[in-house]
Amino acid sequence: MCGIAGLIHRGRDSNVGAEITAMLQALKHRGPDSTGYAVYGSGIDPGANGDLVMRLKVAEQEDMGRGRGIHAAIRDRIGTVDGILAEHGVQVKDKEHATPYALRYVITHTGDLADLATHIEETEGVEILSLGNGLELIKDLGDAATVSEAYSLDGFMGTHGIGHTRMATESDVDIRSAHPYWAFPYNDVSVVHNGQITNYWLQRREMERKGHRFMSDCDSELLAVYTAHHLSKGMTLEDSLRRSIDEIDGVFTYLVATRDSLGMAKDTMAAKPLVLYESDDMIAMASEEVAIRSILPQEIDTWDPYDEEVRVWQA
Amino acid sequence: MAGVTGMDLRDMNQDERARALGMVSEQLTGRSMFVEFDESAEERFTYPWAPDVDYNRRTEFDTGEMSATEVNLKIRGLMAEGYGTIVVRNPRGRHSLGVGILSRLNLVFEGSLGYFGVGLIDGPNVRINGRVGWSCGENMMAGTVVVEKNAGSTFGAAIRGGDLVCKGSVGSRTGIDMKGGTIIVGGDTGALSGFMMQRGRMVICGDAGKNLGDSMYDGTIFVGGRIRSLGVDAVEAELTELDKAWLARKLTVNGLLPETGVGHFTKIVAGRQLWNYDNLEPTEKKLIL
Repeated sequence: MCGIAGLIHRGRDSNVGAEITAMLQALKHRGPDSTGYAVYGSGIDPGANGDLVMRLKVAEQEDMGRGRGIHAAIRDRIGTVDGILAEHGVQVKDKEHATPYALRYVITHTGDLADLATHIEETEGVEILSLGNGLELIKDLGDAATVSEAYSLDGFMGTHGIGHTRMATESDVDIRSAHPYWAFPYNDVSVVHNGQITNYWLQRREMERKGHRFMSDCDSELLAVYTAHHLSKGMTLEDSLRRSIDEIDGVFTYLVATRDSLGMAKDTMAAKPLVLYESDDMIAMASEEVAIRSILPQEIDTWDPYDEEVRVWQA
Repeated sequence: MAGVTGMDLRDMNQDERARALGMVSEQLTGRSMFVEFDESAEERFTYPWAPDVDYNRRTEFDTGEMSATEVNLKIRGLMAEGYGTIVVRNPRGRHSLGVGILSRLNLVFEGSLGYFGVGLIDGPNVRINGRVGWSCGENMMAGTVVVEKNAGSTFGAAIRGGDLVCKGSVGSRTGIDMKGGTIIVGGDTGALSGFMMQRGRMVICGDAGKNLGDSMYDGTIFVGGRIRSLGVDAVEAELTELDKAWLARKLTVNGLLPETGVGHFTKIVAGRQLWNYDNLEPTEKKLIL
C-alpha cells in the first residue's frame, strides 16, 4: 500500500510545494518509508537561455552513518560530476546542497541531454533524480513534513506536481527505490505509482533490449521508462497511458506529469484507489479523499475513476 | 432484553451466545440459506447493551481536530446519554466513522466520509450529505444508509441486510460478496459489481461496468442502463410484475424513480452452473470446469 497524490492548476501558479506536502502528510499512514515530490516550478524560464534544473543524489541517506569516508567519497563524486559538466560545455549558473547527499544545479546546456545524463551517471554512487526546464524531483526517507523541511519545499511556486508516500514491498527502503521516477532521459517527465506490476521483468527486459537503463529493481520505475520510451517515439501521453493498460499486467494506478500536463491511468480491475476532484481552475487527485480535503476543506464533489480510465489535463 | 447481560454473554460459548441472542444457526443447504429462530425465546430486537435512545432528543457536534476514534467514542457517549438523533459536522473524509453501531439511531453526517464509513452497523438510519470512500456499509446487518453524492469501490461489501443507497455513482466491486439486504445506486457502477453475490438485491439505475455479477451464487441485480459485460455465470432473466412493483416502490422511497418508470430495467441472476458446486462429485466438477 502506497499513497499517491497530484494536482494541477489551470493557468496560474500556486504554492504546490506546500499543497503536495499537505496531501502527502495526510496519506502518511499508507506508507511511512519514504516520500517523494515531482513539482513543476515557475522559477526557471524555459525560454531562449536554455536553463535547466538538475537534481541529483551522490549517496544514499543510510550511507551517511557509515563513517567519515563517505564525506570524502561525496566530495570526489561531486568533483567528477563538475568535471563532466565542464567537459560537455555546460555552464553552471547555480549549485546548492539540499542535503549533504543531494544537490540542485541550475545549468545552461544546448547539447545532447541524454548523452550528458548518461555520462554523469557513469560516476559510481551518482544518480540524476531529474533534469528539465521545470521539473524538480525530490525524494528521501521520512514523511512529507520531514522531506519538505529538509529540501525547503514550503513556498515552492509552480503549476502542478505529483507525490508519493511509499510502503516498500518489492524493493529496499532507500532513495533509489523511492518515487517519483524521472522518465530518463526524457525532459520533465515523472511518474508515481501505487500497485504491483506482475510482468515487470518481461517488460523490463524488453525495455533494456531497446537501450533503456534502470537504476533500481522497483517495479514502478518500469512505468517511467515505458512512458519515456513511447513519448520519445512521438506517442502522446494519453496514447501511452492507454497502451499501458493493455501491455502492463498487474494492479496499478499511476500518475504521469510532464512540463505542462498531468495524466492518470487505472488498470483493468480498478484495484488501486484514486479519488478525483475537478473544477474550472484546479484538478486534485489522491489515493484517499482525506488528502484532497487537506487542501480543500470545504464540501466538494469527488469521484472514483473507473477501470481502464485514462485522463490527461493541461496546466 | 430478557435479562441477558453482557457479562452473561461473555461466559457463554458461541452456540449458547447465538441462542441467547435469538439465533440458532445459519445453514447453507443447497440453494437456500435459512436463519432459524428459537421458538422458545422471547422476541429480541436489540442487543442487550443497546442504549435506550430517544429519536426526539437531537444533538450535533463538529469533528474539529478529533481523531476518528474520538468521533466514534463521542457518538457512543451521546447515545449512552439517550440522544437518538446525532448530527456530525465536518467529517472531512476521515476513515471508519460511524462504525459498529448496533442499535437504533438517526445519524447524520454533514460532509464526506473516507474508507469503511458506517461499516458493521446493525440498526441505525444514517444519512451522509457528502461522498463516501471505499467500503461504505461493509458487513452492515440492518438499518438504512443513504449517501447523497458518490461512493468509492466495494460499496456495501458483504452486507447481510438493510438498505444501502448511493444517489450518485459508485466505484468498482459494488456489493462484492453481499449476503443479503438491498443496494441501490442512482448512477453508474464500475467493474465486477455483484462479484460472488450470494443473496439480496442490487439496483443500478445507470450503467454497469464489465463482469457484472461474476460468479454470483444467488441474488438479483437490476440495471437501468447499459451493461458493459456480464461476468461468469451471470445471466439475464425475465423482469416480472412483482419485480417491477418492488423496484418502483424502492426507488420511489429513495427519490430515484426514473420518469420512464422501471420497465426498461434488465434483471440479472445466477446461471447456477457454479451453484451447488460443493455438492457435486469430482467427476461432475470436471464437467463444469
